[in-house]
Amino acid sequence: MSDLAVLPVALPIVGAALAIAVGIRFDRVGWPIAAVVAIGQVAVTATLAWLVATGGRIRYELAGFAPPAGIELVVDGLSAIVALLVAVVAAGVLVYARRAGPRSSAFYAEYLLLLAGLSGMALTGDAFNLYVFLEITGLATYALIASGESGRAAVAALKYLIIGTVGASIYLLGVGYAFIATGTLNMIDLADQLAAVGYDATLVQAAFVLMVGGLAVKTAIYPLHVWQPDAYRFAPDSVSAYVAALVSTVSAYALARTILTVFTVEFLAANPILQTAVVWIAALSVIAGSALAVMQTEVKRMLAYSSVSQFGLVIAAFAIANETAVLGGTIHLVGHAIMKGGLFLAAGVIALSTGARTVDGYRGLARRAPVPAVAFAVLAIAMVGVPPTVGFLGKWNIVLGAVEGGAWVVAPVLVSSALLTLAYFGRLLERMFVAEPLEDTAEAAVAEDTDVAADGGVESADDRPVSLGMIGVVVLAAILAVALGFAGPIFESLLEPTLERVIV
Amino acid sequence: MIDALLARYGYVAMVVLLAIGVYVMIRSPNLVKKVIGMNIFQTGIFLFFISSAYVEDGVPAIVGHGGAEATYVSPLPHVLILTAIVVGVSLTAVALSLIVRIYREYGTLEEDTLREVLANE
Repeated sequence: MSDLAVLPVALPIVGAALAIAVGIRFDRVGWPIAAVVAIGQVAVTATLAWLVATGGRIRYELAGFAPPAGIELVVDGLSAIVALLVAVVAAGVLVYARRAGPRSSAFYAEYLLLLAGLSGMALTGDAFNLYVFLEITGLATYALIASGESGRAAVAALKYLIIGTVGASIYLLGVGYAFIATGTLNMIDLADQLAAVGYDATLVQAAFVLMVGGLAVKTAIYPLHVWQPDAYRFAPDSVSAYVAALVSTVSAYALARTILTVFTVEFLAANPILQTAVVWIAALSVIAGSALAVMQTEVKRMLAYSSVSQFGLVIAAFAIANETAVLGGTIHLVGHAIMKGGLFLAAGVIALSTGARTVDGYRGLARRAPVPAVAFAVLAIAMVGVPPTVGFLGKWNIVLGAVEGGAWVVAPVLVSSALLTLAYFGRLLERMFVAEPLEDTAEAAVAEDTDVAADGGVESADDRPVSLGMIGVVVLAAILAVALGFAGPIFESLLEPTLERVIV
Repeated sequence: MIDALLARYGYVAMVVLLAIGVYVMIRSPNLVKKVIGMNIFQTGIFLFFISSAYVEDGVPAIVGHGGAEATYVSPLPHVLILTAIVVGVSLTAVALSLIVRIYREYGTLEEDTLREVLANE
């Protein structure tokens, strides 16, 4: 049964090749193929998660070469959760993309390739293999972002490509340092060998800094986030949702793997300066990201800066590295993917049905498009961290863990970030539910420009109106964001064995 | 100090390549040159892996090549770097195709001009 572990990577790659090959002969086969693969992916990863929950960690040797020389795939509680999340979000966005998204077969081939890269990052147990999957993910993401209609999408994608490549290269350099120190690339083996070399060795410390720094670029931690806002803004709506929900999430997961599995908690204990540095940079990211988000007038850019801040919280949780904090970090990772993916999709639905893309354009939205507006509001409130949503559950555990771990800086940072999150989402909520629609107010003249643009948007929206499935996905995300708030015990039972092994 | 650096000229070359790569990426206004800088940066890292595998008087790790007593260089980093080179080539291809699209759209490859065009859009 453990052969199942290879399917989440192999299935989408085969699907991508198929979409291209069949796409040459027939039009519009991309979506059906992607849909079949996505459903299969959900089934496979759910089965894997169930196997891990009942039977413990699965280690799969690729091609029968035994580790540490061979590459292995490892499915444990943490990676099973991430792989399942990737599959579910990819399937959800696909429902949305059917009506809204780019429709070429090549687009869906890239879509599946990204799915393969993300699943690979989640499941691999080899530091160099992680680099390869990181770049597969990167290549697919650059191409997907460039599929936006404006030339600006290409400019944003090129900027992301250059910065992302430097980030991945720095990670590779760190892997090289670790490899020179130990002679192994397998993550579990690296943990033992690094301990044997000694945690105070300069080579090991440098490897930590380079690997964490490289992955921080991919996760878009402040001040390494500069590629993110443009990339999210100019990509097609379905791509922004897909990329915002998953790419940074899986990079943050890889960062957690690097800190917790490869370098282990003992390394952090032996190098308190490095641990403190990571926590402080993450805290800075929380504040700076929120502050930048408050200043934005364009909704998708605001959501992008909000990601910078939320991932700061997650990374801080993983760097504190006690059980409560890591539990909170994982919950927030999953919750953020659902909430942010849902928010981008809701913004897409709103833009297609009303043409509103700016904060001021959201005036009186509750009357024009009530269902997406309410879903958006629920997701926004969940993001602020109001109980009983998943945002609250994650942030609460992170704060508890921070206090337990003595990282006092995180508690006030988290509270102020929740307030700043309230500030930028509150602004939108007020516009949507309280403010009068634009008609005769003085500000209408200013907003007229956006409305003219909006009319164009409505026209093009008419020939591809918002489908029921698109609204359904947004509502489902909102329901999930609330429902997962009660799922604390499930996360705990799935993560418990992994956390015990990783952290003690 | 200088002796130590001379004995590790591979690593010195790597640092120089990384520095040149970063400099070109930051300072050159031309998009194609930025991609070239990115390539130089990656090449520095490839060189780092290859230098780490080098053994004085080592021979290529091919069965039967140097006899039982021969010292072999470590083959693993070479394999890794072959993979990384493939990744690098794909990245360059994607980057250049993006540049072609930017040129068709805006008719320029200079970053300053591009920024002006985008600001006026």
